[in-house]
Amino acid sequence: MLPTSLGPWLDYTINGLVIGNIYALLAVGLALIFGVSHLINFAHGSVYMVGAYIGWLCVTQLALPLPVTFVVVAAGCGLLGVVIERVGLRPLREAPRIAPLLATIGLSVVMDQTAQLLFSPDPRAPPTQLPAWRIAVGGGSIGALDLLIAGVGVGSAALLYGFLRFTRLGWAVRATALDRDAARQCGVDVDKVNRTVFAIASALGGVSGLLVGMYYNTIDPNMGFQAGLKGIVAQLIGGVGNVPGAIAGSLLLGLIESYGIALFGTSYRNLFAFVALIVILVLRPNGLFARARRLPPEPLTGTFIAPSRPVVLPRWAVWGLAAAALALPLAVRQPYLLQTLGNAWLFALLALSLTLVAGTVGQVSLGHAGLLAIGAYASALLTLDAGVPVLLAVPLAGLVAATLGTALVYPAFRLRGHYVSIATLAVGEIVTLVILNWESLTRGPIGVTGIPPLAVAGTPLVSGQWVYWVPLVVLLALAAVQSRLLDSHLGRTLRAIREDDIAARSYGVELDRYKALAFAVAGFVAGIGGALMAHFYSYINHETFPAPVSMLALTMVILGGLGNVAGAVLGAAVLVGLPELFRAAAEYRMLIYGIVLLLLIRFRPQGLLGTV
Amino acid sequence: MTSQPGKPLLEVAGLTRRFGGLTAVNGLDLTVGEGELVSVIGPNGAGKTTLFNLIAGLDAPDAGAVAFDGRDVSGLPAERLAALGLARTFQHGRVFGNLSVLDNVLVGAHTRLRAVRPRPRLPLLGPLAELALALVRPAPVRAEEERLRAEALEIVALFGERLTPRLDQPAHSLSYANRRRLEIARALALRPRLLLLDEPTAGMNPTETAEMLAIIRSLKGRGLTILLIEHKLDLVMQLSDRVVVMDHGARIAEGLPAAVAADPAVIEAYLGHKAVGGLAEPDGAEPDGAGQGGGNQHGERPVVARAAR
Repeated sequence: MLPTSLGPWLDYTINGLVIGNIYALLAVGLALIFGVSHLINFAHGSVYMVGAYIGWLCVTQLALPLPVTFVVVAAGCGLLGVVIERVGLRPLREAPRIAPLLATIGLSVVMDQTAQLLFSPDPRAPPTQLPAWRIAVGGGSIGALDLLIAGVGVGSAALLYGFLRFTRLGWAVRATALDRDAARQCGVDVDKVNRTVFAIASALGGVSGLLVGMYYNTIDPNMGFQAGLKGIVAQLIGGVGNVPGAIAGSLLLGLIESYGIALFGTSYRNLFAFVALIVILVLRPNGLFARARRLPPEPLTGTFIAPSRPVVLPRWAVWGLAAAALALPLAVRQPYLLQTLGNAWLFALLALSLTLVAGTVGQVSLGHAGLLAIGAYASALLTLDAGVPVLLAVPLAGLVAATLGTALVYPAFRLRGHYVSIATLAVGEIVTLVILNWESLTRGPIGVTGIPPLAVAGTPLVSGQWVYWVPLVVLLALAAVQSRLLDSHLGRTLRAIREDDIAARSYGVELDRYKALAFAVAGFVAGIGGALMAHFYSYINHETFPAPVSMLALTMVILGGLGNVAGAVLGAAVLVGLPELFRAAAEYRMLIYGIVLLLLIRFRPQGLLGTV
Repeated sequence: MTSQPGKPLLEVAGLTRRFGGLTAVNGLDLTVGEGELVSVIGPNGAGKTTLFNLIAGLDAPDAGAVAFDGRDVSGLPAERLAALGLARTFQHGRVFGNLSVLDNVLVGAHTRLRAVRPRPRLPLLGPLAELALALVRPAPVRAEEERLRAEALEIVALFGERLTPRLDQPAHSLSYANRRRLEIARALALRPRLLLLDEPTAGMNPTETAEMLAIIRSLKGRGLTILLIEHKLDLVMQLSDRVVVMDHGARIAEGLPAAVAADPAVIEAYLGHKAVGGLAEPDGAEPDGAGQGGGNQHGERPVVARAAR
């Protein structure tokens, strides 16, 4: 696999720098946005995707020449940035820090899904308009597109430098980044600064998408998610909010990826980025270029727990609802309905798990689907390859997910606020990528087929009622366990960590210990959920539990009320059950979830039953 | 001397903490004897809160040592120091906003939980045992929780009718003064050997301040060792056995309240410095002064803004 001559290495280097340039266009925008609004913009990847599609429309439908296409893409995406700032973020200025981050996730889902509805999920190939010549350099070669990308990268950096350095608005941007309140008192129109920064950042992001479409000759509506993450990784390597650092971090990330592919193969590509992210977050959370032992630039605290009076369900009502739910299959015999609700109970396990870490402990995990995947694979492989009976494999899978999940997130325990979200997102991606690449254990991209169903005394529990009852009974049991734990000293200790981790430490609460306990319980619950899914679905692969499932879980949890056990169940029932019952077409569902998430954050952050 | 100080409970020697070019705490020495109430006073920015953070383990010193009860605790994290019996309040009142008043006080008793957190503390089994006990809740765990609740009610009753009627309300609904009281209640629930109070009367009116003075005095009367940061000098003068005055991170005076109040160095620290800013050296500075503060270096100019505090 190792190329021996210098030529291929030169190619890999050029390739890495070109990709790095593309990341830089994203990362610079993210750094600018972080600088003025202290926000890590998860919608940035979607802007990049929109840029690619605007470019594709310009070239194929309108037959515009390339320079005009660039202008149209930059203008269109700049406008989109202004809309994102106005609709998604300005109303949340007084909300807790994590709220705008969640809003950008919602916006990202909405944009990606809209693109999917408009252009279909299939990839498209933008026609190339550049001459095909290549210059031989050493043993490698450089093409016209490489030069164009480098030129756009350097040109944008120069323009940006000029803007920040020599224009009044640029000064205002820098002043706002240094001290927002002081800038405002000196008469800087902070809204205008934000708008400008979002416009510039989005224009750069859109151009980046256009260039990537040309470089790989393929675009699709979901291309933004990974790219946005890469931009965030690059920015973190350079230190959040640091524009030159973002450029350096991007080039470094491009090179790491390119050399990594050379050494290990393409399917590992994203793994390098995410492992690099975790390493950086743990070792140098302020980025490679930050001076050591500096005060943290920005604490990024603030949970999403809106002060509210939670709805307290009286004991008889809880028992009554549980009994009614258990009795439902006796009255309702439509298998489709029971199956749908059974699926809702499975997702409720995921929501139960997430509401504990995101709500009770305030660690907003964005990679929670990874725990489902671990549980599902553990149970499937234990039954198929180790011959463990299904009834034993399911709780074992819970333990595996508890152990692995806690161990994977453990390095991130020292992080706070936004960084926790990014780290957990990366951990979720790492889980998927390991499943994809560890073929000898997980069967790689083929997936696991023929997973045996749950069975008691040789009778498989596959009929409509059992698909409903089994998840419901497990859910009720685990919800009872979680409620009881939260009712003990653990409940107040975990919530104290969420409210103020410094004060909690000062009263002897060891953060690592209690975060580990919370993640272990959450991992167990989600692992059981994943295991049950595996045995009901009978086939799983690395795409069964994709990142959008994590976003869905977060929406359920916020809908029900963060930290609220009953709310998690309600959120899952509403979001999984209702679209199904109303026969909403499957392709609209994610769009609905995204809109629900946005509306909740804006208008009812405490959810339906209130945060606890 | 108002009381005979016992053996030293807290000994701070040569403590230094720098933030970039600024030395927030500069070679500070400080001793607090068992049962003593020592106050730290000084202008804003003198480094008092940084000193507290260093003693309480929320920040690590660049140099120097802290000993607690004869044991070197320099660099120990806050949670370990809490377990040794050190409790603190925060300058701006860090209560757990969404927890009830009672739960806030109970978090203060966290280090005293014995039944749910059995010793010896094993690395993996310990937390799992805690989880299991919290779930099953056998009789000793329930009894401990009951006992702590009863004790929390007693502590809250120290503050008269201020907190008792609000036991089940979330802490974010409390007034500023009540949050400060709640912080002290939470600290007392730890059964501290040393209590660090960071401006306990900030934002309180004269009546409330007098009430707080009585409470601190009664705590002292019970033999509690207290290190106090306070700006209200009459309160300091009435309560303290000894007063330490800090300015620019260093100790500029120490002694009985009355003696310190008459010390010219202290008066200068509060009322103004001869050289504004203190960083620029009088000679060799740039002729045009290069920025604000230039030209003031030789003249006597009290900083009125500081004295106005």
